[in-house]
Amino acid sequence: MTTVRDLVIVGAGAAGLSAAAEARELGLDALVLDEQPEPGGQVYRSVARVAERRPADLAFLGADYARGAELVAASTGGERRQGATVWQIGPAGRDGSREVIWSEAGAARRVLARTVLVASGAMERPVPVPGWTLPGVTTVGALQVALKQSAIYPAGRVVIAGSGPLPLLLAEQLRAARVPVAAILDTTPSGRTAKALPLLPAAALGAPDTLRKGLALLKARDRSGVPVWRHVREVRAEAGSDGALATVRFRTASGDEETVEADLLALHEGVVPNPQLTRLVAAEHRWHAAQRCFHPVTDPWGETTAAGVYVAGDGGGTLGARAAEASGRLAVLAAASRLERLTEAARDFRADPWQSRLRGERALRRLLDVMYPAPDWIAAPADEAVVCRCEEVTAGELRAVAGHAAGPNQAKAYLRCGMGPCQGRLCGLTVTEMIARARGTTPAETGYYRIRAPIKPVTLDEIASLDSEDAA
Amino acid sequence: MMRFDRLSSPGRARRISFLFEGQPVTAQEGDTVATALLAAGAGATRSTPASGSARGAYCLMGVCFECLVEIDGVPNRQGCMVPVAEGMSVRRQRGAAGVAEDVR
Repeated sequence: MTTVRDLVIVGAGAAGLSAAAEARELGLDALVLDEQPEPGGQVYRSVARVAERRPADLAFLGADYARGAELVAASTGGERRQGATVWQIGPAGRDGSREVIWSEAGAARRVLARTVLVASGAMERPVPVPGWTLPGVTTVGALQVALKQSAIYPAGRVVIAGSGPLPLLLAEQLRAARVPVAAILDTTPSGRTAKALPLLPAAALGAPDTLRKGLALLKARDRSGVPVWRHVREVRAEAGSDGALATVRFRTASGDEETVEADLLALHEGVVPNPQLTRLVAAEHRWHAAQRCFHPVTDPWGETTAAGVYVAGDGGGTLGARAAEASGRLAVLAAASRLERLTEAARDFRADPWQSRLRGERALRRLLDVMYPAPDWIAAPADEAVVCRCEEVTAGELRAVAGHAAGPNQAKAYLRCGMGPCQGRLCGLTVTEMIARARGTTPAETGYYRIRAPIKPVTLDEIASLDSEDAA
Repeated sequence: MMRFDRLSSPGRARRISFLFEGQPVTAQEGDTVATALLAAGAGATRSTPASGSARGAYCLMGVCFECLVEIDGVPNRQGCMVPVAEGMSVRRQRGAAGVAEDVR
């Protein structure tokens, strides 16, 4: 317990890997803890192994994915532990350092850190449509994980339903891998392109490559021959006699009800920060009205209101992998300067190109926020839709008490929502929005679940192993 | 019913065999338990404690906890976070998990 590391980086995706590279260049004693078996996060999942063992798959996963192998290579040299699940970041001690505890191979371990960088990324927004708990319904991201991790794809009738850049990317990856898609249900409301046009020049100037890629994906989807239904609403999944997904029902732009048969339904309504770690350290969060989610409040370098705890990448606000590389670098530069390992002048000099990249990607995000608005129906899901998947609390049950609940934490006491193994990850935003709607107040005033350690389930054996480690 | 196939690109992945519900299943090196089960056509891999309804993998990235299975006698393991290993024994998780048997 006597070693105090300069920096503990939680997560080895785009932000964490690029932060690790910066830390090594600056000579910081950094430790990277990542819960996945391999580095890369979600965007660059498995990339080093794919490049080495399955190089042919890079053709359909795309050049942007392949680039991740360089990021992994550039980050090596420092200590990085895979399969290391952080479940506690303690309060700041008298010297400002914090205890970071994680589980690895069935035992818990801990370290003291002068600074902590939360680079644990984002997650897809929970999409509480009726039937989203059925076997055969997944997220869009899950299908990308399957392709990257294991080169497996859904056979049979695949339906993609949602809005945003990720469904476009998945459709293109599946097309390039020659996997048929039965239908695409685009839930983007009508008239968004016209609304977004005024933001186009700034996005084109700020992030020309990302924007060009997006436009190419849109064109590719429309030329792919896959049936695309536009401005779709009220998607619901229905089971067949075997209890698994069989039918997707939805309302078309003209208001008619349609159905398509499906073996797999992939849902997506945007990406939101995974809030567990920034909430765990009790950092202040702010409601982002356009994205309908909370963002941790940070200074321009990514430091949260919890002293010495920084956030980089999509966990601080969804800007994508290119921006995550930049914010990862910036947070480490600030931490190094704070630790007096770098002058402020040197920090600012090194930061300049990354700040400029970040500004550009932010301009693109402002365009995307208008193009693909976060769905407003999340505040009012259908009565029969399950809101809390773990404890099986429906929207109807929640609505019945929402007006009397002072906030999400009281709703827990009433209904057990948010008390299952996912610890509110898949219902938190819905519960906040529904209570805000019922009480006629704002999500900001309603707040969010209180997140406490351990943020991932651990066994008593693992906790007990901390003591034996001290005795050793 | 949801079925996943392996892309034909051969690659150089080693084959791994493990047990699912006592039956031998072939996976590939690099698979997690959850992706290996998707490739094996395992379908629903748990039932919920509240109503017993069937669930399968949803996010595959560690946040939804729908892929909870029993691995080598230890319940409540996230299948998507555990690399599949030779000889591993995986079982569906039915309802609430009991206290793990002492595996030592």
